[in-house]
Amino acid sequence: MVSLPEPDPAILARRPQIVRALRAIVPPECLIEDALQLAAYETDALTAYRQKPLAVALPQTVEQVSDLLRFAHREGLSIVARGAGTSLSGGAVPAADAIVIGLAKLSRILAIDYENRCVVAQCGVTNLAISHAVAARGFFYAPDPSSQVACTIGGNVAENSGGVHCLKYGLTTHNLLGVQLVLPDGEIVRLGGRHLDSGHYDLLGIVTGSEGLLGIVTEVTVRILSRPPSARALLVGFATTEGAGACVAAIIAAGIVPAGLEMMDAPAIHAAEAFVHVGYPLEAEALLIVELDGPAAEVDYLLGRVSELAREHGASSCKASASETERLAFWAGRKSAFPAVGRLSPDYYCMDGTIPRRELPRVLRAIAQMSERYGLRVANVFHAGDGNLHPLILYDANQPGELERAEAFGADILRLCVDVGGVLTGEHGVGIEKRDLMPYQFTAVDLEVQRRVKAVFDPAARFNPGKVFPSLHRCAEEGRMHVHSEAHRSAGAAERPAGAPGRGEGAGRFADLPRF
Amino acid sequence: MLRPRDEADVAELIAASTCALEPVAGGSKRGIGRPVEAERLDLSALSGIVDYEPAELVLTARAATPLEALRQALGAHSQRLAFEPPDFTRLLAGAGEPTIGGVLAANHSGPRRITAGAARDHFLGFRAVSGRGERFKAGGRVVKNVTGYDLPKLLAGSWGTLAVLTEVTVRVHPAPEHERTLLLTGLAPAAAVRAMTDALGSACEVSAAAFLPGRGVGLRLEGFVPSVRARAAALLALLGEPDGEWLLGEDSRRFWSAVGAVEPLTAHPIVWRLSVPPGDATGVLERLAPEDYLLDWGGGLIWIGASEADAQRVRGALRGGHATLVKAPREVRAATAVFQPPSGPLAAVTARLKAAFDPSGRLNPGRLS
Repeated sequence: MVSLPEPDPAILARRPQIVRALRAIVPPECLIEDALQLAAYETDALTAYRQKPLAVALPQTVEQVSDLLRFAHREGLSIVARGAGTSLSGGAVPAADAIVIGLAKLSRILAIDYENRCVVAQCGVTNLAISHAVAARGFFYAPDPSSQVACTIGGNVAENSGGVHCLKYGLTTHNLLGVQLVLPDGEIVRLGGRHLDSGHYDLLGIVTGSEGLLGIVTEVTVRILSRPPSARALLVGFATTEGAGACVAAIIAAGIVPAGLEMMDAPAIHAAEAFVHVGYPLEAEALLIVELDGPAAEVDYLLGRVSELAREHGASSCKASASETERLAFWAGRKSAFPAVGRLSPDYYCMDGTIPRRELPRVLRAIAQMSERYGLRVANVFHAGDGNLHPLILYDANQPGELERAEAFGADILRLCVDVGGVLTGEHGVGIEKRDLMPYQFTAVDLEVQRRVKAVFDPAARFNPGKVFPSLHRCAEEGRMHVHSEAHRSAGAAERPAGAPGRGEGAGRFADLPRF
Repeated sequence: MLRPRDEADVAELIAASTCALEPVAGGSKRGIGRPVEAERLDLSALSGIVDYEPAELVLTARAATPLEALRQALGAHSQRLAFEPPDFTRLLAGAGEPTIGGVLAANHSGPRRITAGAARDHFLGFRAVSGRGERFKAGGRVVKNVTGYDLPKLLAGSWGTLAVLTEVTVRVHPAPEHERTLLLTGLAPAAAVRAMTDALGSACEVSAAAFLPGRGVGLRLEGFVPSVRARAAALLALLGEPDGEWLLGEDSRRFWSAVGAVEPLTAHPIVWRLSVPPGDATGVLERLAPEDYLLDWGGGLIWIGASEADAQRVRGALRGGHATLVKAPREVRAATAVFQPPSGPLAAVTARLKAAFDPSGRLNPGRLS
């Protein structure tokens, strides 16, 4: 387990005065201080880690956000920003001496601008609400993380969220034109706007994906696109993962950029089919879902090309969707892969590394060997187009030692991703979860450079403490301020949490959210 | 002049340097920005492709690798840099060859920027040496990566003021099977912007939209033949132009490389580059009444040719966006804020960022001011 930051006792002792001061900034119904209600904010979708904050403020305006941050700046208090709390890496898990700023009340769409092809929205607007707001005119907002019915656009900026369609349409950072940002000292600034690129340093680029460590995004301006006139999907079975991998490489080499290109291995295929009964080929060792979108002429043409490539690479089955209902059925299994796997096991742990595509067969073989060594089953789903792998490790938190084994297995997988030329996280973020693995990918100097960027915005390291940067590193850097608490922290002072990492969606938080 | 052979040399030279340094690779963009009084750090030895596997759609090269070398390597596999790096050599009447590191350090993107993204969006990772003389890396060699801060975005467009890039990894894309450009002539500026807005807001997937006064509006379609055919018909129907004039193949390519290179404005001593909300293009043109101009990015990029810099007037005409003085005589650049100055608290953030990477101000001091 990764340890949560040890709180400052002096701040805990001042809690009554702090709560009183917060009450002067936000209305009474926007302040949460009693233990029962605080429990709703103690974790996010990485439920292994739980910690009640000092208090939760739910500002209704950007001015209130600014006033809260000014107060916290004056008092030296930590801040944890929170959107919908759907992070899979513990990005919104509080610290005991921190104020959580919940941004759900900033939920208005401020402008729909078809002339400049953008939408201006407050940070608490959900991802899907943006697409809904422009759907009548045939537009959509492209990044579509699986939690899009719930996750907020502000959280998407913090995590640089992707989605199954990011192979063709890019991540949040590629679709974001501007933000209003409240700096840790409470100053309200604007980065970008309705124009493209920066006239000076690209601060918007550095804030995107900064996991709540540099400030609070209160408003976004995002690019919207005209919805493609048609979309169809292919379901292709293979007898080997090598065959499926070679087919993916051939599709890419042919210059085809599918809207989605997903792979599942046999355990994932079986779990999904048992759950949704959509006709996945159970004899296949690997399944590809290839989605093509665009004008009907293009989609039909490319469907033919991809089918040919599938045959050439030894596909054991190949089926094209003939209707929108069938296309959605093809996706239903993939989209329910996480909860489906959750039915096989009391708990599962979802990993998120990225590898060069060519390494897929080798990595899958190594994961199978690790699975035997650790005595834990694993199912693999894979954003095959961009090399983003989601192994789901099955375990039972009630069996002594299994949680620790699952975490050790997961860490081995991520180290393997780095070893083959990939990275620790493709889309879920570092958060708490992968913080202590950062030195495996980055040298001390690499991390020091990043920490200096952090200090440019947040010199006292009050924003989202305990996230992204490994604690030993923090210890060395901030020793002058936190020698004792840091020593506690690295001594493993965290409480043993209830629940377990990435607990099966059926049993854990957001059971109704699809995850892929 | 200092001539490092490799990254270790770069680090040693920066760490040991007692004076300011101007990192130069090909040198083709030395004429952009405030003139720098510094010793030249010639990076031209840091050249060559390190790794390129076409099926992975990524390429790693040392920073001073000429763009032309990249183009040839990519072309052999029918791939390309989708952000369409523009060539300003003629515009700036400069010598030297554009390099991949230079293009990224300037974040220069061509007409396809509106649909394919900017140079920064294709910049996946790097190795570099900071102004402190430290060797470090950031990003990665895969497309999907959220591990740590996105420092490639920060270094893109930082003009060598934060760190010296030594090796870069970029995303590459398959070149399209076919391209063609619809040319609409006889349009006034407002009607031209309207046509570009309609086209870009449609499902026709127009990959570039520009307006050259005297020539007309160009709208480019790229992709597989059946797709381009279908979209061409849809585009003509959308714009109510039953018989549009099409530039095909090489004619289309020449049109867009001229737009990217700002060729119509090369004769002017002063050239401004304005990034604005596309809907503001007409308003900005009315307020500025420029001697000469062209519009790219559907109106979101305005190039202005003039005989006087007049920065206050140019920036005063903007209602959002930024203006860069891309071309001007040295003495004018020395007296003008070439890049849009950050305002309010952002000026302080910008200064602290510079200090975080380069506390003693060794790298390109003043160039971005």
